Formats: sequence, structure tokens, C-alpha cells
Amino acid sequence: MRADGLVALQKEIERHARDYGLDFFETHFEVCDADTLNMIAACGGFPCRYPHWRFGMEFDQFAKGHAHGFSKIYELVINTDPCHAFLLESNSPVAQKLVMAHVLGHSDFFKNNFCFEPTNRKMLDEMGNHATRVRRWIDRFGVERVESFIDTALSLENLVDIHAPHSTRRPAPESEANERDGHTGFPVQREYMRRYINPEDKLADERRRLELKRQAAKSQAFPELPERDVLRFLIEHAPLETWEADLLSILREEALYFAPQARTKIMNEGWASYWHSTLMTERLLNDSEVVDYADHCAATLGTSPGTLNPYKLGLSIFRDIERRWNEGRFGPDYEACESMAERASWNKRLGLGREKIFEVRRHHSDVTFIEEFLTPELCAELQLFAYDFNEKRNFWELSARDFQVVRERLLRQLTNLGQPIIEVVDASPRGLTLLHRHEGVDLRLDHAKLALKALQAIWRGPVQLFTQQEGKQTLLRAAEGDIDARPD
Amino acid sequence: MGIPLRILSDHSRFREIVRGRIKANLRKFLQKGEMIGKRGQELISIPLPTIDIPRFRFGQNGQGVGQGEGEQGAILSPGEIAPGGGEAGSDSAEHALEVDLSLDELAVILGEELCLPRIEPKGSDHLSNQRVKYTGINSTGPESLHHFRRTFRETLKREIAQGTYDPKHPRLIPVREDKRYRSWKVDESPESSAVIVYMMDVSGSMGDEQKEIVRIESFWLDTWLRSQYRGLECRYVIHDAVAREVDRETFFHTRESGGTMISSAYKLARDILAADYPSANWNIYLFHFSDGDNWSADDTRVCLETLQNDLLPIANLFCYGQVESPYGSGQFVKDLRENLGERDNLALSEIADKEAVYQSIKDFLGRGR
Repeated sequence: MRADGLVALQKEIERHARDYGLDFFETHFEVCDADTLNMIAACGGFPCRYPHWRFGMEFDQFAKGHAHGFSKIYELVINTDPCHAFLLESNSPVAQKLVMAHVLGHSDFFKNNFCFEPTNRKMLDEMGNHATRVRRWIDRFGVERVESFIDTALSLENLVDIHAPHSTRRPAPESEANERDGHTGFPVQREYMRRYINPEDKLADERRRLELKRQAAKSQAFPELPERDVLRFLIEHAPLETWEADLLSILREEALYFAPQARTKIMNEGWASYWHSTLMTERLLNDSEVVDYADHCAATLGTSPGTLNPYKLGLSIFRDIERRWNEGRFGPDYEACESMAERASWNKRLGLGREKIFEVRRHHSDVTFIEEFLTPELCAELQLFAYDFNEKRNFWELSARDFQVVRERLLRQLTNLGQPIIEVVDASPRGLTLLHRHEGVDLRLDHAKLALKALQAIWRGPVQLFTQQEGKQTLLRAAEGDIDARPD
Repeated sequence: MGIPLRILSDHSRFREIVRGRIKANLRKFLQKGEMIGKRGQELISIPLPTIDIPRFRFGQNGQGVGQGEGEQGAILSPGEIAPGGGEAGSDSAEHALEVDLSLDELAVILGEELCLPRIEPKGSDHLSNQRVKYTGINSTGPESLHHFRRTFRETLKREIAQGTYDPKHPRLIPVREDKRYRSWKVDESPESSAVIVYMMDVSGSMGDEQKEIVRIESFWLDTWLRSQYRGLECRYVIHDAVAREVDRETFFHTRESGGTMISSAYKLARDILAADYPSANWNIYLFHFSDGDNWSADDTRVCLETLQNDLLPIANLFCYGQVESPYGSGQFVKDLRENLGERDNLALSEIADKEAVYQSIKDFLGRGR
């Protein structure tokens, strides 16, 4: 399709999307050939990423998938302002239409969902700066050293606090002024008031309190509170060279930038799919395009037994919410209703559906989205099930269709992006101690040992991790040259 | 358009890691992933190597969430599972036929690995045979190629679909759209322009291990030469005290016993070439494997004469690979070296064990002839 045709199409789609109340960033579309698109996808959407072999690995997978017809990337969109989207050159006109509508859905989501609020919307520039910094370090120290450090650090890439950009967990340190006041008392305007405002005995008490506190701090554990942002802790406290700390901070920043996408995968894809289907079927489709459109839709929303399609799940939940709030199927009245017949025909014609889904897209992430809006009815309708590996018989089997089980599984997969929660609990000359907050699933032991080794290389001292294996407390240690695991 | 420049360096660096050229420490994290595809009836596997950086992550503990039909206890086939909610399944096993690499790709890798120069062919590369083959069915074509059966089948299909077909009074009237014609393809095969004559000593002293070495080596030689020439012919000669021509199967599996007269093989090769492969049009490759234990000095003299007068003048390359054997004296390679000296189209190599095959291929093919 010619570019000017696409521009006209974009204008038209945007007009309709605004009609529906979508509020998106200014969106720049770029048409790319498959190789270029695969490359951009391999680099996480940013053509200007720093050089590293793993992007080449990703590229290898996308390129092979494309060449053999297993997978095809139709479109790619990144969270920036203005929003950049890349379209596959070979998309048919219908596909381009659909994909552009889909992109606007994403763009609206990026702009409005709370998870994306603290993200850097000029990330293209930032990534470019990162690349420049990495290249500069490579020029100074050689590609081997820099790359090896990145390889090591990548083992710890997931040890960030995904909520860090939203808040600071550290209590503000007691201000200097406050401490000084402890000794001299509150400021006094008239000298004769001093002994009334700052009685001598109170002042003495205050001094004693501060002194105790200072002593306690000395003997107290460091860090004061468990630190979930392990990368930040390392950047601040590990004996790193400037360039190493810089690389680590680049990795951390990029990991945090990509976290919201991972936190809202189901919602984000569901939202975009909701809007492309709404826009296409209600406004954009020509009669001649219906079959092609349906074909595309079926491909995106298709399911296979062993995997969960986030597009399908997200879209279904959004549609379900819309229906429920349109018909008033919520609140105490509906919950309390026990007559199946009445429930089935429940319809208060409230028409609140649209409004509700806009609200949901702002205030939820996948975890809360599933927790709040996946209903037993929907779970049955979508034929969700849990499956387990049957070790005795050596195959995977469908183990339960029970709503509670399925929901719990899903939530567990989504919590902390499916990564274990690991915190720094103690750092002392004896070494660095981490705690895995065990919530039912063990760590993969071989990987854990190697990751610990990587941590040790960065901390330059012994490190240990408390975790559980098969129900037993386990301590993993890594020190110079050796590594062992023993039940504790 | 090729691969965009920006990713090229990352990609080649990754491939070098996979091949073990650089960063051996990362290679231990290599996962032999695959994509399972279908080619016709068969499942095929496209290898997808990845390097799995170790992280603190959950052991899979074997569970996940899926969707679809099925009762409790239903079995899910391994291809359907992507445990851990999205990480692509990497370790499905024996159900697929490996098509790791095409031989062409293999040859490219071989060429890269061994830094082999591309061969400059001689002769009539441009000569090619055209052959017309009927390969399929088309809806247009000349009446002379009209395919009655297929046409009537189409008619039958159409009439049934339209509901005009009456089984009691079967009457089929083809219309234009029903007509089917044979279609053909012109197969252009270049006049074969290279021939390899493999010669192997199968005297009592060549054991199974020696033959294995020959087999491995000739496979790689074959692969490389095939990538360089379209339409390569191979002839196989085995010899002990007498030489005879055999097929490929026999070549690798015979075990004869008895004495060794190498000259017999060279003479036979000469005769084969003279009869079938005029040297003006053919690139001729001769490979001879032996344990180097010839019957007599006399015979060795005959060998040298045959080589000098008949074989070396016409061959692109004559390669002699001497496989080490517990019984052989290994004299022959020395004789060749002393009497023939350095020549462009003569390659001698001594192969101690399987490991040495690599170097030997390099000796043979490193000259680009």
C-alpha cells in the first residue's frame, strides 16, 4: 500500500478512535521490511540499542520464525511520546488498517494506564544515550571486558523492584535540622521564652534518645529494611568501577522501563484487540475486506491447549466487563441473587460498560485485572484449565478446571512478573545475604547457583541466599572459587 | 535487501558464540531449542539455539494454565506445552526428524570453518541439458495435453456441488472451467562437470576404524565438492591386489583381505576416466585412501609412472590420504613425497585418527583447485 494511502488511512482511523474517546499519543507510523522489523523487535523495539550478542540471538529467532512461517510480526509499537509504531511492509491493506487501529489501542493504554505513568517517554533518546555510553566504555576497555560484565550482570537483571519507579520505599532520613533541634531545642524568638519552649529536662531526654538511636544504627543490620531492588543496592554499595556501575545502572533503567509492558501484557493486548475489533467492525471495514479481517482476527485470537493467548484472554475479560456493567451484573444485589434464572436474564440496562472499561484500563495491572474481573462464568466459557506434569506417567495432563485453582495459578504466574522475589537482607564484611521470599515454588537450583556466582563476581565477596528446596530451608553460598548448597 | 546492518554484528557475534569460537564460558548455557514444523506428513525440526543466561527463576515444577477442550486427566501433547506461561518450550525431544542443516548450508559452514577457497572450475559449465518433465496439472494448456480423468473429476465435483448430478442418469458435461491439462516444467541440469573417483585400499590391514575414517572424510569431501559443482559424479574403486569398481554401499562396507597392489587401482581409475570423462570437459578429483603398505617396490614404481603420465596431467587434484594402521608400514606416502615432490594438484595427508580428519580435509581442499 502506498504511503500517502496509509497517511490518509491513519487520519481516518484516528478520527474514529477519538470519536470513541481513545486518548492516545501522537503516533508515528513507519513502514519496514521484514528484516528491519525483526531487527527492531530483537532490540526490544528500539533500533538504537547498545551492541550485545543477545539481540543477535533474538534476531536469529525472529528471522527463522519468519522464514519458516511460524511467526510473523505484523506490527511493533513502543511506549514513547510521540509513540512510534513500525508496520510490516508486506501487510495487506486490511492488515494495515487493523494493525493501525490496534496500535492506537496500545498508544492509548501507554498514555493512560497507571503502570506507565513513571516511565520515561523519551526512551528512544535515553536508549540512544545508553548505546553511546556502552560504546564509549567499549572503546576504552575493549569489547570483551564490557560484554563479559554485561553477561554477568544480565544474570541479575530480574532483581529489580518493579514498583520502584512509583514510590520510594526508604523512609526519609531524619533531617539534619531535626537532629540539631534535638540538641538545641526548637528555635526561640525571645530569649526569655527559652526555658518554657525548651525545658532543660526535655532537652536532655531528647539528646539521650538521639544518642541511643545513633548507637542502635551502628549495631543495626544494614540495609535497615530488606532491599528488593538488588540492582540498585549493588550500584550504590558494591565495590564497582565507574564504568561497571554505569553499565549496571543502564541495565536497571532498561529493565524498569520494560517492566510495565510485562505487568500489563494481558490487559494491553486485550485493550488493543478490543479497539481494533470495535473500530474495524463498526467503522472501518469495507464489505470486500470482511473475510480477510476475520482471518486475521482468528489468527491473533486463536488458542492452543497448552498456552494461554493474552490477546484472547484480555479481550474476553474486557468484553465481559463491558457486558456486565451494561447489564448491571455487579454489586451486592447481583451477588446476593441466588436464582439461576434471574441471574441469567439479569439486565438493568445501565449502559455503564464503556465507562467502566476505560476506568479499568487506567487503574489496573494484570494481577488485579485477573483477580478482580475473571469470573467463574468467564473461566468456564473460556475453557481455562490448569495442567501439570505427571511424573509417573511422563506426560502433561489436564489437572483441573476448578475456578479457584485456575485463578490462583494465573495470579502466581503474574505476580512480580513471574519472577521470584529476592531481597538483600544483610550486607556486612562477612558478605552479602539475600532472602528468597518463598511462596510455594522452588527456585531452579542449577540456575540459582550460577546466578549467585554472578552476584558474587559483582559484589567481590562471599554471597549467600536463603531459600527453600522441597520444603527444607536451604542456604546457597558462593565465595571465591567455590559454590555449595546445603540444607540448613 | 539483506539483514539490516545494525543487527549484523550482534548476530554474527551470537553465531560465533554458538559455534564455540568465542566466549567458551557462555557456550555451556547453550540450549538446543527447536521449532517444530511440518513438511508434508513429517514433523521437522528447525534448530533454534539459544543461550540461556542463568537467573534466579522458578523451577518449572511442572504446571501451567491452558485453555481448550478436554476432560480432567486428558493428555496434552508435548508440542502444545509452553510451560511457565510464555517462555518458549525448548526441550521437546525425539518426535521430530532433525533437519539441522541442508547440505548446502553444511558446505558453507565447512568452507567457513576450514577457510576453504572456492574452487575455480574448468570446462563446460555452460553446457546444460534441458529436459521436459510433466510435473502437475494446470487449468489451462494445449488440447494435446488434455487430461480426461482429471477433467471429468472436476466436472463431477462441480455438478455435485451445483446439485445437477443425477446418479441414476450419470451424465457429465465438462465446461471450460473443468478442463485440466498436464503441466510441465523444464528441468535444466547442467552437464555434469565434475567427477570424483574414490579409491580405497581394502586389504587385510585396513580395519573397521580405518574405514570409518575414510567414510567420514569422503562424506565431507563429497559435501564440499557438491556445493561447488552442480551435478557431481562419483565412482568408487576398491582394491587389494586387484582393483574393481563398486557402488557406494560396497565401497564403505567391504572388507577384503589379501595383498595390496596400489597400481591396480590407479590403472582402473585411468581406464574409467579415459572411457567416460574426457579431461577437457571434466573437473577430475581423485582421492585415494590406503594404509600405505604396498606390495612391492616394483608396484610402487608402476604407481608413480601411472600417476605421472596418466593421472596427474588431467586431474584437478589428486589426494592421497594415508590412514594410520597398526599393520601398515606407511611407506607409500614417503615414496610419493620423494618422487613427485611439490605439485599444485597433488595433496598428501596422513590421518592418524578421527580427530585428524579435520586437518586432512584442509590439506586436501585448501588449495582451491
